[in-house]
Amino acid sequence: MGIENLFLGFQIAITPYNLFVAVIGIALGTIIGVLPGLGGANGVAILLPLTFTMPPTSAIILLTSLYWGALFGGAITSILFNIPGEPWSVATTFDGYPLARQGQGGQALTAAFTSSFVGALFSIVLITFFAPLLAEIALKFGPPEFFAIQLLTFSSFVGLGGGNPLKSLVSILLGFILSAVGLDIVTGQLRMTFGFVDLMKGFDFIVAVIGLFGIGEILISVEEGLSFRGVRTGMNLRVVLDTWRILPRYARTFVRGAFIGFWMGFKPGGATPASFMSYAFAKRFSRNPERFGRGELEGVVAPETAAHAAGVAAMLPMITLGIPGSPTAAVMLGGLIIWGLQPGPLLFKEKPEFVWGLIASMYTGNIIGVLMVLAFVPLFAAILRIPFAILTPVIVVVCAIGSYAVHNNMIDIWYMVIFGVVGYVFKKLDYPLAPLVLALVLGDLAENALRQSLIMSQGSLAIFIARPISGVITAVAILFFALPVLTPWWRRLRGVPAVRRATREI
Amino acid sequence: MRAAGLVTASFLMVLGGVVVFDAVRLGIGWSTDGPKSGFFPFWLAVLLIAACAVIGVQAVSRADARPFVGRAQLGPVLKVLWPAVALVVITQWIGLYVSAALYTAVYMRWIGRHSWLAVLAVAVLFPLATFFIFEKWFLVPMPKGPLEAWLGQ
Repeated sequence: MGIENLFLGFQIAITPYNLFVAVIGIALGTIIGVLPGLGGANGVAILLPLTFTMPPTSAIILLTSLYWGALFGGAITSILFNIPGEPWSVATTFDGYPLARQGQGGQALTAAFTSSFVGALFSIVLITFFAPLLAEIALKFGPPEFFAIQLLTFSSFVGLGGGNPLKSLVSILLGFILSAVGLDIVTGQLRMTFGFVDLMKGFDFIVAVIGLFGIGEILISVEEGLSFRGVRTGMNLRVVLDTWRILPRYARTFVRGAFIGFWMGFKPGGATPASFMSYAFAKRFSRNPERFGRGELEGVVAPETAAHAAGVAAMLPMITLGIPGSPTAAVMLGGLIIWGLQPGPLLFKEKPEFVWGLIASMYTGNIIGVLMVLAFVPLFAAILRIPFAILTPVIVVVCAIGSYAVHNNMIDIWYMVIFGVVGYVFKKLDYPLAPLVLALVLGDLAENALRQSLIMSQGSLAIFIARPISGVITAVAILFFALPVLTPWWRRLRGVPAVRRATREI
Repeated sequence: MRAAGLVTASFLMVLGGVVVFDAVRLGIGWSTDGPKSGFFPFWLAVLLIAACAVIGVQAVSRADARPFVGRAQLGPVLKVLWPAVALVVITQWIGLYVSAALYTAVYMRWIGRHSWLAVLAVAVLFPLATFFIFEKWFLVPMPKGPLEAWLGQ
């Protein structure tokens, strides 16, 4: 079934309108990725209200293209300005910026974009083959299995997210609580509204994303004192071709990075650890590890391949299970619901043109994306030369417009400001924001899955253990939840595992 | 850092308490057709309170002397935050586009010390561009005020 479906998808993705949409999405996405303070999740959230009137397939192509653009754009800021536009670009700055300072910015950028493209392509090919299989398996899932997968999603934030596991947990719980505010569609009762009419509609995740990631990020970046001292791009066709001639030398790094990226990426929060891990492995297996951190091209290839592979892999659980692997995928999932599509495995059966159009557009989007960023890097880098006093009000106004457009309601702009302050405080105190957003998006779905499971079992929690598939998933989830407690013991018994030690050496 | 961590944890605990209060009102048990409305929020809030209690203890025991935000940092942050709040307040009366123009102009002149010409150019062109993109192209209506009414929009 695979090939002809993909062919069907390409017929949809290659229509002039959808190609045009992809170009617009990538251009906007790259701009958003270049600007610190605006990220993929935030950009997708601001644009989401504009897609309400579009056909769903074109809408998802616009949003995913924006996401690819943001992934490419992050590398530009990291390499030329030493400012990671996104958390997963941090490892790219280690060698990218030194290279740029040595006048080899063009080389570093070409390597970064090419690696991103290779990583993405690897993940897309795997998605093309695995997504239908996974969806087929997921069709047999009932509410207990879905709840177990949700549990697994959130447990991996707690167990594998790094940082304080309790703060990840608080972030998750807060997201779920916020999602429960308003009308309970099952019983028709109002929850936690305390008589305020405005609270009846609840909190929209789009507004939360714009506030937390947009306004919060601006507050953080002005505090750190923004000073853009960029290095010239030094990009031309000759540099691109010369770099392409060198890159095959790093074939092993590409393969390793792509595997790490895909493996880490389809679990939530994977892109950032994947990029660090890939960098650490590249350094470990390199013949000259002492050159890492001083401008080694391989040090750009490794994290970029993994980060982009992970970013694409985050789409796999989103389209097959209806469970997003990243905040950006979470916003897209919210979009699916708004466009009237039921996310989950049934999508493959009911809306094949949507799913396969989306998968095919991942190929076209990334090809267009890599060509566009290679061609227009100086243009995108010039955005950062716009004075800060102009960028800030523009970003704030665009965020306000995005928030208001969701429900045409003034209160949402206020929520945006409040979420902005919350985002600033949380970020400073190391509460992770991604789990909060995921919980806010998945809240209703998770609660319904839990309720239906409990109804099936007459209120016994044993149902999650008793069924074979959900039993295994629940067991893994419990293991992840327990990981922060188990790891110190394990370390003491066995010494520190190799991978973690390697990551720490950076 | 320590005080801020403690205040945040306490605030979240109070929030958890409020949720528990409402969840108990809604019923946290089992009704004829499944769990009652308060069941899910109740357990979320109980976990939240427990987790925040531990975080609070951690914040107190791990002496972190760094200030949450220094005086030098607070200035720029407030300079972004207050104008943004002002933007939202005036949007309610004079509409988004005029507010955006005023906000951009004030910010550029006050923080950026740009020339009046640059201020005027950006403050006029930027809201105009957003007007055409959102209002005309994507048909997303924004809050409007007396100026738009006077212009017949």
